Amino acid sequence: MLLVLAFLPLIGAIAPALAIRAGRNASALAAGAVTLSALVILGALAPGVMAGETVQVRIDWIPLLGLNLNLFLDPLGLMFAGMILGIGLLIIVYARFYLAKADPMGRFFTYLLLFQGAMLGIVLSDNVLLLLIFWELTSLSSFLLIGFWRHLPEGRQGARMALMVTGAGGLSLIAGLLILSHIAGSTDLTVILQNREAIQASPLYLPALLLILGGCFTKSAQFPFHFWLPHAMAAPTPVSAYLHSATMVKAGIFMLARLWPVLAGTDAWFYLVATTGLVTMVFAAVVALFKDDLKGLLAYSTISHLGFLTMLFGFGTPMAAVVGVFHIINHATFKAALFMNAGIVDHEVGTRDVKRLGGLAALMPIAATLAVVAGLSMAGIPPLNGFISKEMMLEEAAHTVWWDQAWLVPALATLGATFSVAYSFRYIVHVFFGKRRTDYPRTPHDPGIGLWGPPAVLVALVVAIGLFPAVVAGPLVEQVARSVIGGETPYYSLSLWHGVTPALFMSLAAIGLGLAILAAHHRIAGFWHGLALPDAKALFDKAVGAAARAAVAFTDRVQNGSLERYIAMFIGTAVTVGFAGYMGFADGGGDHPTTPASAPAMVGWLALVTATVLVLVNHRARYVSLIYIGIVGLVISLGFVHLSAPDLALTQISVEVVTILLMLLALNLLPKTSPRESSSTRRVRDGVLAALSGLGVGGAAWAVMTRAPDTISAYFWENAYSGGGGTNVVNVILVDFRGFDTFGEIIVLGIAALAIFALLEKTGIGPSGRRILNWKPDTPRSPEHHPMMLVVATRLLLPLAIMVGFYIFLRGHNQPGGGFIAGLVISIAILMQYMASGFQFADQRFRADHHTVIGLGVLIAAATGLGSLVFGAPFMTTAFGYFSLPMIGKFELATAMLFDTGVALTVIGAVILALAQLSQVAQSAEKQVQAGTDEAMDVDPSRPASPEAGQ
Amino acid sequence: MISLELLVASAIAVLTAAGVYLVLRRRTFPVVLGLAFLSYAINVFLFAMGRLVIDRPPLFDKAAEGYTDPLPQALVLTAIVIAFGMTAFVVVLALRSYLETGADRVDGTQDAEGDQ
Repeated sequence: MLLVLAFLPLIGAIAPALAIRAGRNASALAAGAVTLSALVILGALAPGVMAGETVQVRIDWIPLLGLNLNLFLDPLGLMFAGMILGIGLLIIVYARFYLAKADPMGRFFTYLLLFQGAMLGIVLSDNVLLLLIFWELTSLSSFLLIGFWRHLPEGRQGARMALMVTGAGGLSLIAGLLILSHIAGSTDLTVILQNREAIQASPLYLPALLLILGGCFTKSAQFPFHFWLPHAMAAPTPVSAYLHSATMVKAGIFMLARLWPVLAGTDAWFYLVATTGLVTMVFAAVVALFKDDLKGLLAYSTISHLGFLTMLFGFGTPMAAVVGVFHIINHATFKAALFMNAGIVDHEVGTRDVKRLGGLAALMPIAATLAVVAGLSMAGIPPLNGFISKEMMLEEAAHTVWWDQAWLVPALATLGATFSVAYSFRYIVHVFFGKRRTDYPRTPHDPGIGLWGPPAVLVALVVAIGLFPAVVAGPLVEQVARSVIGGETPYYSLSLWHGVTPALFMSLAAIGLGLAILAAHHRIAGFWHGLALPDAKALFDKAVGAAARAAVAFTDRVQNGSLERYIAMFIGTAVTVGFAGYMGFADGGGDHPTTPASAPAMVGWLALVTATVLVLVNHRARYVSLIYIGIVGLVISLGFVHLSAPDLALTQISVEVVTILLMLLALNLLPKTSPRESSSTRRVRDGVLAALSGLGVGGAAWAVMTRAPDTISAYFWENAYSGGGGTNVVNVILVDFRGFDTFGEIIVLGIAALAIFALLEKTGIGPSGRRILNWKPDTPRSPEHHPMMLVVATRLLLPLAIMVGFYIFLRGHNQPGGGFIAGLVISIAILMQYMASGFQFADQRFRADHHTVIGLGVLIAAATGLGSLVFGAPFMTTAFGYFSLPMIGKFELATAMLFDTGVALTVIGAVILALAQLSQVAQSAEKQVQAGTDEAMDVDPSRPASPEAGQ
Repeated sequence: MISLELLVASAIAVLTAAGVYLVLRRRTFPVVLGLAFLSYAINVFLFAMGRLVIDRPPLFDKAAEGYTDPLPQALVLTAIVIAFGMTAFVVVLALRSYLETGADRVDGTQDAEGDQ
């Protein structure tokens, strides 16, 4: 039930978007039906919760992170869920009639339900991480709602500002709640709430408190983070009525109330929370009085009342918490009604500017009645609900001592109440009374019931709670207060008359003074607008602009487009992190016995190091460096032979041949030398980075090699022959145990070849085509296009080489060899033809399409792997058997061989495709230079004697 | 007594250092060479994780006295082939970029006059 309740709005959000095809009513009905269903579920759960039981749902989601789908419904959650869904339903009705035909209503209701779901998630979460997810979701969905009129720049800017402020606060809250759950040792709210002593004793209490308050104060628009709320008024009025009176801005208050049992009661809490609330309450009430925009007035009034609530929870006494809970309800009722009322005025009169309004009472009596009742409640006039909670607040303030000053809090609270009276009466008097005007933008008249119905429901509540507080709101307030306090509530009475108390005189003073201020409003306003008050938006824009400029400057400095610099940064970071890791244990190596090096090994090492140094020294002379790097590859192959890795040696040597061929082909067209470009400081920097990297990697290798191995290979060794049918364990691993890896690798190889093909396919056109056309050979050419000796030798070698390839392939399962090596050897045999006899000759004779060969190889490998499924074995299982034929004798056939065929074909296809394509480009360039036949063995007798003579 | 492990570890160090230095050059071809060096270094490094054993090829034989770890070998074997694929791709990329822009630098900037 609870799970359905929590996710109904989120999932149901799709309904209005779909229903809009059937019209606006259908869309609103869909949204309303979703909300109403959720409300019905809540209603079904409510009696149990009120009776004291807590409904819980626990589903493990990511238990290792402490992130679980744990939900619970206690009275506090019940009250908020009721407001979210109840006011939500009224807002949906209101919005149906408020939005214009041109507004995309389906989208509006979808956003609204998303927001509703997120809000519901906050109040129902039992897991702080889950709560944070929903918290962020409210920021995101409110961004969409505030910016709903995306054509308005104010809407976009307001939405962005709200997102930035509340989003930043959300980050702060995340940090705070994580600290809290760290102290409590659980991410469950219910567990955290039972750890008051541990949390308040922890040295992390203050940081956690500050961070959590950062989240609450931004969300609930407390000074000095309040400035986003007035700008969020660019939203459509239903959004303001919903988000900015009853729900989203109350999320911060909700968190204060939720965490009240563990955080409240300390000096830090009192001074931080109560002071912020007090300042916000007074400051915003003053500003509200001078706002001419009705929604601006209501926005600041909301901020003021949020300060009121924050202050009450900040007092930290159980009695103040009771009053806070009560006022949450009261504020939601009269403020949502007033927002809707402001929307009605805007909708029917065409302006929300107080200066252009007045005298509307006779023209729109229903709206005026609603405004008067709700406005009086906001002012705190009996017998309405706003009066009762304000009285109780003043009573609490009256005996609160702030820093040894007994007068301060009561005086300021009275001041706040005074201005609250003034702006409330301003709303009533300046809009609905006074002289009727002749210059309304539209002819004012009462709206249909669709617009005034929803606020009327709320106004009815305002009156009902005001007249019968103990009956209507009493039980709920009692239960909620208990769940906030986490214990029994103190004695209190919800009634209109509390006797002759200090609060009564404070109230009377506030009303009298407030009315006096309103009477003098004209003069004071002139003075107020003359003040050079800082504009929060300008400051905010300035700050954001500065941050953006700093970010751009930083990015420009770091990312200057130089790839070498990026690589240097990556390597520098890797070196730093790597060495930082080393620092922990100065490592001279383990005690695994080492092997003494033989003389040939030392010679090989010397050759490798010399060749490497020669490459470094000569890297600008590209051909020469290719020769040296060939030596390096050769030594590594020999090293593999020496170190019991025959398969690797065979692979390395054949890859070496192919790689060098490829580079030679590419060098044909590339510049033959690199100019000396880097400064000596750059070279030193690179040298240091290189030396450190070498030291790190070599040191790591040394550290591992001098420790005893811990390997899983025994399994492979034992099962290679019995399970895989081969004695070459490396090959069996490739085609069987880890066949899936190999399958992936050949696909990668095939893709690389296709990418090379794609890169070179279109070289003939565009700028590169022109470059090839104008290409001049920059090295001396041999007079013989196809040297006779080479041509003859390679043609003789071809069948031999291919046979060697087949031999290596067939023995691969049991002896060093296999598909990879065979494929490379056969490729080399074919490449020799390309080299000696030219591209055309070889291409005409190599009939098979390279792409087909690659594809066929991958498909054969896949089919072999899938074949094992047919026989009920896991993917890529080898089947094998022994057969005998006359003359040949006993031999083995294994499906691994088929798989290896696929591997070999892919390798051949990929290698030939890459190199053939490359040589074709070179060929087409040379064609421009050397006209004439290009048939191998076709020697032109009139050829020039030497290259110099030919030029 | 110089051990084989020391030779291999120092060879890996030299290969890595050469690879890093060359990868940091501005022109394409040295970078390609650098990547080749890094491939060597990484392959040998991976191989060395199976420890160094002489005359014990991983060919199953009941009479074999011992064997070297076959798993790193299998991994390195495919790594060598993949490294080839990568090198080939990078070479061709450098070539295409050179043909397309006339610039041989890794960031595709043109050679300024007299900037040598």
